Amino acid sequence: MHLRTDALRKLRRWLPMLVLLAAACSPDHYPQTALRPISDFARIGDDIQTQTFYWALGVFVLVEGALLYAIFRFRGKPGDPEPRQVHGNTTIEIIWTVIPALILAAIAVPTVRGIFETSAIPAGDALKVEVVGHQWWWEFRYPDLGITTANEVHIPVGQTVSFRMRTADVVHSFWPPRFAGKRDVFPNRETRIWFKAEQAGEYPGQCAEFCGIQHGRMAFRVRAQTPDEFQSWVAHMQTLGAKPAAAAVAPPADSVRTATAGAVVPAEPVQGKQGAAPRATGKDSSATGTPPAPPPDPAYAAGEKLFQAKGCIGCHSLNAVNAPKGMIGPNLANVGARSYIGAGSFKNTDETLARWIQNPQAMKKGVLMPNLGVTPEEAKSLVAFLRAHQ
Amino acid sequence: MATSALDQQRAHAAAGHHEPTGLWSWLTTVDHKRIGILYGSTAFFFFLVGGIEALLLRIQLGSPNNTFLSPETYNQLFTMHGTTMIFLAIMPLSAMFFNFMIPLQIGARDVAFPRLNAFSYWVFLLGGLFLNSGFLFGAAPDQGWYGYANLTSLQYSPGLNVDFWMFGLQILGIASLAAAVNFFVTILNMRAPGMTLMRMPMFTWMSFITQVLLLLAFPVITVALILLMFDRFFGTHFFVPAGGGDPLLWQHMFWIFGHPEVYILVLPGFGIISEVLPVFSRKPLFGYAAMVFSGAFIAFLGFGVWSHHMFTTGMGPIADTFFSLTTMLIAVPTGVKIFNWLGTVWGGSIQYRVPIYFALGFIAMFIIGGLSGVMHSSPPADLQQNDSYFIVAHFHYVLFGGSIFALTAGGYYWWPKMFGRMLDERLGKIHFWLMLIGFNVTFFPMHIVGLNGMPRRVYTYPEGLGFETLNRLETVGAFILGLSFLVFLINIIKTWRGPRNAPADPWNGATLEWSIPSPPQEWNFAEVPVVHGRDPLWETKRERGGPLPEPPRVSGQGIHLPHPSYWPLVAAIGVAGVMVGVMAEPKVGPWGIMAGALILFIGVFNWAFEPAG
Amino acid sequence: MSDHAHAIEHHETSTGLDSRKLAIWTFIGSECLFFATLISNYLVHKETWLTGPGPFPHQEWVSPAGQHFEPIIEIPLVTLGTALLLFSSLFVVLALANAQRGSRKGLLLWLGLTIMCGLFFVGMQVYEFTHFVHKGLTLKTNLYGASFFVLTGFHGTHVTLGVIWLITLWIEGFRGRIPPAKSLNLEIAALYWHFVDVVWIVIFPVVYLIT
Repeated sequence: MHLRTDALRKLRRWLPMLVLLAAACSPDHYPQTALRPISDFARIGDDIQTQTFYWALGVFVLVEGALLYAIFRFRGKPGDPEPRQVHGNTTIEIIWTVIPALILAAIAVPTVRGIFETSAIPAGDALKVEVVGHQWWWEFRYPDLGITTANEVHIPVGQTVSFRMRTADVVHSFWPPRFAGKRDVFPNRETRIWFKAEQAGEYPGQCAEFCGIQHGRMAFRVRAQTPDEFQSWVAHMQTLGAKPAAAAVAPPADSVRTATAGAVVPAEPVQGKQGAAPRATGKDSSATGTPPAPPPDPAYAAGEKLFQAKGCIGCHSLNAVNAPKGMIGPNLANVGARSYIGAGSFKNTDETLARWIQNPQAMKKGVLMPNLGVTPEEAKSLVAFLRAHQ
Repeated sequence: MATSALDQQRAHAAAGHHEPTGLWSWLTTVDHKRIGILYGSTAFFFFLVGGIEALLLRIQLGSPNNTFLSPETYNQLFTMHGTTMIFLAIMPLSAMFFNFMIPLQIGARDVAFPRLNAFSYWVFLLGGLFLNSGFLFGAAPDQGWYGYANLTSLQYSPGLNVDFWMFGLQILGIASLAAAVNFFVTILNMRAPGMTLMRMPMFTWMSFITQVLLLLAFPVITVALILLMFDRFFGTHFFVPAGGGDPLLWQHMFWIFGHPEVYILVLPGFGIISEVLPVFSRKPLFGYAAMVFSGAFIAFLGFGVWSHHMFTTGMGPIADTFFSLTTMLIAVPTGVKIFNWLGTVWGGSIQYRVPIYFALGFIAMFIIGGLSGVMHSSPPADLQQNDSYFIVAHFHYVLFGGSIFALTAGGYYWWPKMFGRMLDERLGKIHFWLMLIGFNVTFFPMHIVGLNGMPRRVYTYPEGLGFETLNRLETVGAFILGLSFLVFLINIIKTWRGPRNAPADPWNGATLEWSIPSPPQEWNFAEVPVVHGRDPLWETKRERGGPLPEPPRVSGQGIHLPHPSYWPLVAAIGVAGVMVGVMAEPKVGPWGIMAGALILFIGVFNWAFEPAG
Repeated sequence: MSDHAHAIEHHETSTGLDSRKLAIWTFIGSECLFFATLISNYLVHKETWLTGPGPFPHQEWVSPAGQHFEPIIEIPLVTLGTALLLFSSLFVVLALANAQRGSRKGLLLWLGLTIMCGLFFVGMQVYEFTHFVHKGLTLKTNLYGASFFVLTGFHGTHVTLGVIWLITLWIEGFRGRIPPAKSLNLEIAALYWHFVDVVWIVIFPVVYLIT
């Protein structure tokens, strides 16, 4: 009786922790898990891994079991007689050489098949996305759609996306675990990965090759969207083109280009993701079908000026269309709509964005964006400006 | 046992021969046993340093968005933790046993090249100090223990950190090469009469294979480091893409060294286990020949698997397939070893003393490490596993669960022989259980967080990815692990105070080292033994029908021993001086190098012409 | 080598080979990997030049940018150096034979010639390096240059160290300290010398002959 209540009491004390631990063992607890594949590519590896795991589990149970058995069964005491002096057994030794070899062969066959499947070149109608790794953010370009973005890559569900990847500086590794295993990116050659997403949603990914001080905060987000949503997003991004030269204050590097011919512009104005007000005029008068001019927002205007005055424009482009290559900082054309800033590191709230603008070093030490001496007031304006960039 | 008789004999012996004491005797020693103790104590110190580095890392990772360590400090600590554990802990701990035990096991009075042996220790010590001196400059190495290009280029690593790593490893490489030449020749040439290669103890065999790996693998990383040095100091572009270089070349060169290196780290441990299990099961090793050949096969194949570290680099399906298959193949001889060890204890009469606790723990942990290794061997699966905590789990299971457990088993097993004292059994068992539990609590969850998306080498992680719970658990485990080593230290200190009265053969051993006093006299064997088979001591005891009497301590008259010398130390200082000189060249011009070279030349010259005494 | 080490080494060894001889073979085995890695690096990079001079011994080269580069390799000179290095291996064998026979004069003659050849080879390399630098090929110019200088430079360093070793032995021989019983000292140096020669036999065609 006593023992049972004691045990129960112990169980109750430890129960929360055990539940927590049990939960922590389930892949559903982990948004970035590799064990819940939602793409064809990821399933190839997952399949093989599952098979290998079960073989490993079987071997584990058998061999550790034999070990445990031996530990108990063959206990001896100092005075015991000497056991039989066996030197070996050729038959058994052959058996336990051959059987593991056969098991490995059973793993090798799907492995080789999987290697060739995952190395295959994706079909011609795959959506091309160029990935450029930077210290410590991710650049995404859609060459056939003429748009550039950063840190949050939008892809359509049900269509193969073909990633062609490089780095602008050191070796990084692109890893979106729900969709694919990782692929390293190199400065002098292109690497590739592809997958067809099966499920819409927003999923985290991370750099997986140590790349310097902020390797730990070089994440990204994958926004898998229905084909319609994706088309809307693309169309919207294609409106985020350059200011015409006349409207520019001092012509910064990227505003010399105008919105490109061939950009698909929707007939109706497009709302940003968070329902924020459409962008102020001045930016898109060169394109046809421009959104109507909203009432002028003083914070926005102040922010626009500060974006130039503080030098932000030197590292960050606000144009998604024909964005220049080789920018040090991420493209900010749609930064207002992104879920995270700082390369998937911090939630994109006004407060966090303001903090980042004022002191990026405090949040992500060593990042290439210096402290620009932005006051809280100025930060508010810049936030308003950037928030409008959806 | 017969302690008073032993003391009497010691008194007799003391009258005839004095073993020198004092700092100078240690600085000039060429006695392999002393050099072994030097290696072991230095290595154990660095092991504790590496362990503290690990605890700091684990504190930082115990909570999300933690600010206990800055990112730079974290990156330096994880780099140094890996570099220290590999080059300054596991390798020299193995070297402690190579030094102390190999001559004893083969019935030799010393190694083939006593001064080269001493040289290798001093170079190792200086290399370890050099590597860690980066901390004094706030510039400890921070590019990972594997230093991938092009992060290590001047452009992306302008500080001294990479230089400390580069030159430190070069110095250590020289120590390893010198030691490897010495032990390779010693094992081949100085075996007692009758000890054919296939009668050698397993520790000596696995160590022999390890020396071959050292000799063939270290030159490759020497070249890689030279090329990196030229990039950073002389403006070449071997690994710098802007000049036509290829970061992937570094990866190939590094891993051609790096993979054999992991077998260098584990084979001596395999050898130890193959000694401990038979002694404490009271039956011979199961399948001696298979154990020898599987060890050799692993070493040979180990040169053919290196790109399995590079499956994520997109080498193409042919390369991926080749290395995947060779990696799977290497699992076969490894499996053979595990099964033969099982076969050794099977049907035995297991004497549960501390060494076999650790040996059995080794088997249990190494199986897990080996199985996760097999899981990595498949590229499509490895694309998820690589560079995640799943890999961190794997290599800690084989390097800690494998090598460290095995080295600890060897420590408890050979302690009485080396120091003349038995370690405390009860404390030893507490050490074992704390270590086993702490180890698994720390590293098993890493399999889970790794497969669930946690990359490695990250100084922190955000909330919301689910990593907190298990990371916290791992941190707790790490401290349990730390506690286990505290118990070990207490054991050492407590027993050190006791009398030096361990018997020659406390475990009923099978090999020659147990036939001489504990600790051995300077010349090891009063009479060179003649060997008639494997497990020579069991054979002798069987013929006698019982245990051997305590071997007497003798006066050592007429036994010629090599003379102590300080030239190996001088030469070692020269080697370190040259490397320091190269690193300081931008500041002091060629004078540092020339000073180092001069000292080196003087050291080597005098060493070569040292008069007979 | 010191006398007492010598005395110890003359114990019976398990292989029958003197330990020091075994040691130099072991060291040579390790060094084979060292040079194999350097040679592989050269092979990877020999076609890699973004700017000249390139390694065409027989013809001029025009870079994509339109720069003209003359051929810089002087095959005749290097061939002479190679031949002398090869002969020097023969000479050192003769020196050793004389040492083993106890002929001090013969030892000094042939060993002296070995050293001369070694010195000529090193001199040839120094000249060649200087010539290349004058023609615009340095370590930094391109990867061909970097790989060339690192490979041949490290080989040349090995030759230089070998020459120093041989000179030391020549002086010992001159002082009568290499009787037949101690000829092993020379034999070990000779083995190292042969190795350095063999490495050059690989480097010469790879670097100078194959285009």
